[in-house]
Amino acid sequence: MSTDTKLDAQASEILAAGYEVTHSKSPLFYDHYERKADLQQQTHYCPGCGHGIAHKLIAEALEELGLQDKTIFVSPVGCSVFAYYYFDTGNVQMAHGRAPAGATAIKRACPGKIVISYQGDGDLAAIGTAEIIHAANRGENITVFFVNNAIYGMTGGQMAPTTLVGQRSTTSPFGRRPINEGFPMHVCELIASLEAPAYIERVALSDNKNIMKARKAIRKALELQRDGVGFSFVEILSPCPTIWGKDPVEARKWIAEKMIPQFPLNVFRDHKHDPVVNNPVPHHTIPETLEIQTTDQGPRPELPKHQHHFQQFEIKVAGFGGQGVLLLGQLLTEMGMREGLEVSWLPSYGPEMRSGSAHCHVCLSKNRIGTPLISHPDVLVAMNEISLRKFAPQVASGGLILYNASRLPEDFELPQARVICIPASEIADKLGSTKSTNIVMMGALLEETECLLTATAEGVLETKVKKVELKEINRKALAAGHDFIDHYVRVGAVTQPDGFAY
Amino acid sequence: MAGPARGNILIDTEECKGCGLCVESCPPECLELLPELNAYGVHPAHYTGEGCSGCGICFYCCPEPGAITVYRLTPPQKPVAHEPAPGEVQVPGGSHAAAL
Amino acid sequence: MRQLCKGNVAIVKGAILAGCKAYYGYPITPASEIAEAAALYFPQVGGTFLQAESEIAAINMVYGAAATGQRVMSASSGPGLSLMQEGISYCAGSELPCVIVDIVRGGPGLGNIAPEQSDYFAMVKGGGHGCYRNFVLAPASVQEMADLTVLAFELADTYRNPAIILADGFIGQMMEPLELDYREAKLPEKPWAVQGTHETRKNVISSIFLEPDDLEAHIRKLEAKYIRASRLEARHETFETNDAEVLLVGYGITSRVLRSAVEMARREGLKAGLFRPITLWPFPKEALRKAASKVSKVLVVELSNGQMVEDVRLSLEGKVPVEFYGRTGGNVPSVEEIHSQLMQRVMSLV
Repeated sequence: MSTDTKLDAQASEILAAGYEVTHSKSPLFYDHYERKADLQQQTHYCPGCGHGIAHKLIAEALEELGLQDKTIFVSPVGCSVFAYYYFDTGNVQMAHGRAPAGATAIKRACPGKIVISYQGDGDLAAIGTAEIIHAANRGENITVFFVNNAIYGMTGGQMAPTTLVGQRSTTSPFGRRPINEGFPMHVCELIASLEAPAYIERVALSDNKNIMKARKAIRKALELQRDGVGFSFVEILSPCPTIWGKDPVEARKWIAEKMIPQFPLNVFRDHKHDPVVNNPVPHHTIPETLEIQTTDQGPRPELPKHQHHFQQFEIKVAGFGGQGVLLLGQLLTEMGMREGLEVSWLPSYGPEMRSGSAHCHVCLSKNRIGTPLISHPDVLVAMNEISLRKFAPQVASGGLILYNASRLPEDFELPQARVICIPASEIADKLGSTKSTNIVMMGALLEETECLLTATAEGVLETKVKKVELKEINRKALAAGHDFIDHYVRVGAVTQPDGFAY
Repeated sequence: MAGPARGNILIDTEECKGCGLCVESCPPECLELLPELNAYGVHPAHYTGEGCSGCGICFYCCPEPGAITVYRLTPPQKPVAHEPAPGEVQVPGGSHAAAL
Repeated sequence: MRQLCKGNVAIVKGAILAGCKAYYGYPITPASEIAEAAALYFPQVGGTFLQAESEIAAINMVYGAAATGQRVMSASSGPGLSLMQEGISYCAGSELPCVIVDIVRGGPGLGNIAPEQSDYFAMVKGGGHGCYRNFVLAPASVQEMADLTVLAFELADTYRNPAIILADGFIGQMMEPLELDYREAKLPEKPWAVQGTHETRKNVISSIFLEPDDLEAHIRKLEAKYIRASRLEARHETFETNDAEVLLVGYGITSRVLRSAVEMARREGLKAGLFRPITLWPFPKEALRKAASKVSKVLVVELSNGQMVEDVRLSLEGKVPVEFYGRTGGNVPSVEEIHSQLMQRVMSLV
């Protein structure tokens, strides 16, 4: 007679004698552990291991709460890496220490489900410290079971962050010495310093009474998650008889004698939060959010009929951060696009965005643009002297430099390009906002080169500038730049190598 | 004591790893480790056949999911609400009544 | 209608159009606009944006979301990608589709924030531990930042494998016209996902195979996918290769410079052509062999001291001389610089 049949026969006998089953294997566990290579009727845990007890308590709670189908069990790296051999729930196995991060995303993807992160002390309190602290701090509505046995079990007995002072391990062979390894880490207490967690309790599998308390805590943590209360955390002081070198009964006693004094059992947090203010998030359709014009929004606007006089026109705008250098480039690029051209805008970026010099490259082209990086611009818009000195030598022979000043610096060596000085900052100041200096320069650029239409500029400014008072100033600035070229250009013109003053 | 014990226990000797926690935990001390070895070479736990109260504590102390099944005598008539005995734990909504 | 858009922002727009529902990431220059755009757009369309505590957490959040079957992404730059490598290996091992963007900056170490192409080895050759591959797509324009992101999600789902968008600081930071069409994303069924339902209860997402034979079988299975992908998914672009005597090879921003260099060379009578891999893995070997079959010389240009050039040499098997020119540190060669390199090397042929 096989063992199973024999067992069935014995069970039938007991039932026939008038007994009924009160405690038996939870249907949360697989009947046979088919994911396990052999010994499929037993767990892989050592005799007397606390994981098995913790598993049973979790399984019982999930069963009683009717959560089996809703549960996603996230297993860590450590002895419980194979929790998915046993739990007949959805299972996700994660990298060492990262279960709370994975659980965070799982819960956000499946908000109504029960997400359990089951972790050991190395996983949670060493390599995964950041993940657990931040998941707790965000108040993720997940449940974390932290099995603390003060040692690394699966890898053969190395020191854990929770190893006791003086406790020997393979990597603290003389006993844990605080001078070298610090003190045991109290994770419940750490997490209890955060605002968000809803429930934090430490329990122990040290004796009958404490096991029944653990049972209650585990169930409560899962109930709180089910009810959407928030982050629930149960630390379970658990025996590791094999690595501790104790028989299972001694190991249980060791928890009571050594671990509990170091890790006091307590409910560290059990409250609901006062309501907090969350700013609302607006909701829009995808086309609205991504600014995609759909066909039902009417016909596409016609392109302005402008005969561009170039195949490709390249502009470099340079100046000091805050002078609207990058914006001027963007506006020109936007205009080029609206006039049906191929365009590209490439900024200098990084710390330069915050202070110091800034420049950008604008390419306007009738053809597909190759490099967006301009070596020899047709036009340099130099917003300050440093930019003028730095970039003037790069300007294409016969090109143009628009310089934001009333005259050139005295020792400035003339490049192979025309230079027009425009006191754009002064003009902008008079108009009421230094900020529109770049728009004055734009007006001058458009008037002098006719690369793009002033009407397009007006349209772009209308849609891109949000502040009403700035809109008016910008309109005037654009016209002022335009007028300056028309009326005063000779004042700032510089004689060219060909002898002509343009 | 005349009559059958209030509880009964069935241990799957092939799942049992012989850790002895059930023997240590059993309040009426009615479990023991068998002198003979099972297929894995450990002494499996065994119910002496006398004195089980059906409290279920051995079940919770056993790390193996299905090694221990606990039974109780079916009450002769429909159960009525009773005062919990001292130390008895009421499991809210649960199908298993556990008592210590 | 065309909209002027930054490369980094186009990635997020493409992702949302592809049906991506969640973004988990950590900011880093020059990729931060991706996180910023994601923070702005995802919540408005009912998706999730979460700034993780680190890139390590971010990639593991991606793992978790992908395990539920969601289309999910993250983005970073070199240092962040180094931190993500473990998680990417896990995603490949657990066959979880996801999209990860690397806006490459100068390295090694803290390096700088200027563009480089020095993460080629890290992304294309694996980077993390174990026998796995990433799809690697290399956009060269803002439009492609969106389009290849959509493709990346499709490849990731089709093959249940991570897909990387490998771009550089310039492509990420530059603005160009972007044309997007909205149609509701068609998402594939994922019966393998874990969703906390009765139907998916049997599913397990894991990369652990304790028995050597089991792991070997798993690796063979992955390998079969990679062989199939190599056959079907290599993509490239050519420019003026039909009569080319010299072939320039480059990807991403470099291919843009090379395109201008081809035009310049042809203006001066040198028949140059451009071969641009769009997928770096799978590498378009066959197409490159074809494009290089009649040229007398190949010049590979990269913003590194020579990474992709190894794949070019492996593809061409010594049949054509392959030369290399690289700039690093954030220097992007000018057209004139490439032209002069090209002329020097052509002259040396005579």
